[in-house]
Amino acid sequence: MSSNGLLPLDRLARLENFGHSLGAPAFVYRPTNVEQVAELFQAARKQDARLTFRGAGRSYGDAALNAGGIVVDLQRMNRILAWDPQTGRITAEPGVTIEQLWKYVLADGWWPAVVPGTMFPTLGGCLGANIHGKNNWQVGTIGEQVLAYSVLLPGGEAMDLTPEDDLFYAFISSMGMLGMITRVTLQMKRVHSGELAVHAWAEPSLQAMLEATDRSKDENDYVVGWIDTTRRGEGLGRGQMHTADYLPAGADPAPRRTLQVEYQVLPDTMFGLLPKSLIHKIMPLAMHNPGVWAVNSAKYLASSTLGNHKRYRQTHVAFNFLLDYVPDWERGYGRGGLLQYQCFVPKETAGGAFKDVLQLSRSVGLPAYLGVLKRHRPDRFLLSHAVDGFSLALDYRVTARNKSRLEMLISELDSLVLDAGGRFYFAKDSTLSAARVRDFLGEPVVDRFRQLKAKLDPQGLLESDLYRRCFSENGETDG
Amino acid sequence: MSETLDLPPDTPLRQSKRAVIVGASSGVGAALARELGRRGWAVALVARREQELDALCREINAAAGETRAARYVHDVTDYGAVPGLFQEILGDFKRIDSLAYVAGVMPNVVFSEYDFGKDQKMVEVHVLGAMAWLGQAAIFFERMRSGQIVGVSSVAADRGRVKNPGYNASKAAFDTYLEALRNRLTRSGVNVLTVRPGPIRTAMTEESGGLMMVPPEKVAADIARAMRRRRQVLYTPRRWWAIMLVVRNLPSFVFRRLNF
Repeated sequence: MSSNGLLPLDRLARLENFGHSLGAPAFVYRPTNVEQVAELFQAARKQDARLTFRGAGRSYGDAALNAGGIVVDLQRMNRILAWDPQTGRITAEPGVTIEQLWKYVLADGWWPAVVPGTMFPTLGGCLGANIHGKNNWQVGTIGEQVLAYSVLLPGGEAMDLTPEDDLFYAFISSMGMLGMITRVTLQMKRVHSGELAVHAWAEPSLQAMLEATDRSKDENDYVVGWIDTTRRGEGLGRGQMHTADYLPAGADPAPRRTLQVEYQVLPDTMFGLLPKSLIHKIMPLAMHNPGVWAVNSAKYLASSTLGNHKRYRQTHVAFNFLLDYVPDWERGYGRGGLLQYQCFVPKETAGGAFKDVLQLSRSVGLPAYLGVLKRHRPDRFLLSHAVDGFSLALDYRVTARNKSRLEMLISELDSLVLDAGGRFYFAKDSTLSAARVRDFLGEPVVDRFRQLKAKLDPQGLLESDLYRRCFSENGETDG
Repeated sequence: MSETLDLPPDTPLRQSKRAVIVGASSGVGAALARELGRRGWAVALVARREQELDALCREINAAAGETRAARYVHDVTDYGAVPGLFQEILGDFKRIDSLAYVAGVMPNVVFSEYDFGKDQKMVEVHVLGAMAWLGQAAIFFERMRSGQIVGVSSVAADRGRVKNPGYNASKAAFDTYLEALRNRLTRSGVNVLTVRPGPIRTAMTEESGGLMMVPPEKVAADIARAMRRRRQVLYTPRRWWAIMLVVRNLPSFVFRRLNF
């Protein structure tokens, strides 16, 4: 803070969400230790400013934005504090990324049991959102891999939490709005190879996709479906399934080699010839409805003919971090950015709801440009997105021209999902109103969150754009 | 601001524009506030006179049916208060897309009068106050790599005339400052709009009177349109562009003999 009691203008920066669909000014600080964070809390209190945390800035929505306030960037708090290769327990600071984590543990024969579709997020961000991977059904969310963690409250107190504590289930999933996770101990998963056994095949309809996903959830360690969002009629929701399994001990003839970080490479060309660093530049050429139709159709054709029922081995990195294949791919969505819509619907109603979602989207001329299907299981965390059912993640391109139509569509989709008993995910969401959030979380959960907020952050120092949008008192009357 | 301002939250699909208007309590400033409010902008109203400001704020919010305006009592010659107030507004409004400096004074000056007090006041309001505010805005917009500065200069900035040398000189200084800001900020994606209105029917011109006066609403509507189009210079009404083209090119041996 400067001597005149003002936030220094040279701290001002324009921060964006991962989808580049929002931008907000904030005073950015990059502390290196917990003491500096405690000082920032004090300073914010003195300034009557609001404060939020930011990791790698990989949230699709407004979770790590705090327009007009202070943003505490935790990327410099990125030390691994302890690692035991015997037990697979690792203790790290919140700025450690998933990439740092797997690179650290792999050669000892371990892999993070839960990783998102990209290796760039920080642990702090992953815990805030309680992220999941393509193995959500089998192992739960990242919160379920946590053995213990410590938090710093805005008042300056510290707390240590384990799964025996009730509060353990509140800090994880509440998007950094109750306090800061200062260190975390995670259990890694033992692996006997640097590779997974992958099976890929095509399914001709949404119903077949859902059935295949449901069948695979118990048989396979990982399962994920890619959905052709551009089809209608019989082929609506057709797509390609991928399952993957860890290799049992002895199945990999040379585990020492495949467990090397150097072995875990992402392919550097797409389709064997396009340098992938150029792809986000040529992506705009296909970023319109006919282009996306052509790409989706070609992909489905390939997966249902040449690629059908292919079995092969793929590194952990290549299978898990699909989003990292193309650097800056999200830039390909152009100036208006990318809006991701992910809805989680119980298994009983998912078929009907997803069908309606895909149909409605297509019928108003705004098909999603990418669709991904996953299987989930419920969890105990406070602001949970989880259901015993499926999630469908859809990527929409935002343009100056389609904004108002897209807004109407998203609002309709929200109603469809809520009617089906569905839920949403704060790592992705950027459009829900406070009323809709209350609808999906339920009155008791929101009240409990508010009580905790009042107790742990009585002055309300922690506020992000997401918090103001989703939990503001006065936003609850409109729809 | 005592009460908290609750603007609708931004989403990727809906973001209201946000402007600060310095000198908003009457005349063009008030008209611009109403005009932008009508166009869906959220407006931070900065001016000296609390009562007028209060009434305007209430009027805009009532017309919109939601909170769209907030008021900040401030004298532009209180230069030291500007950084703190700028930060307060940013904290309340979360974003600032445009800042319009509309504050102006025009004391009645008779032909033979040389009143330092009056000249000083005009320099303070038109030049020093503008530098205090627009300097803050420039730093902010430069860091955002976007934004817009609007300065309401005057056709009086184009030439020094017999009537009110202090007014001409102070508006000319302001006008040149705006041009320099434009040349600095264009490379950061910031638009600087210089507005040169002709005589406007406001409290400021009531005493002096004058030809071809237009209501402030007309000027405000023109400014809002020019802001949307991100124009560089606006003469309003448009005839003043032609008139001033002639006036700017009048040779001194003619001009110094005119009572214009």
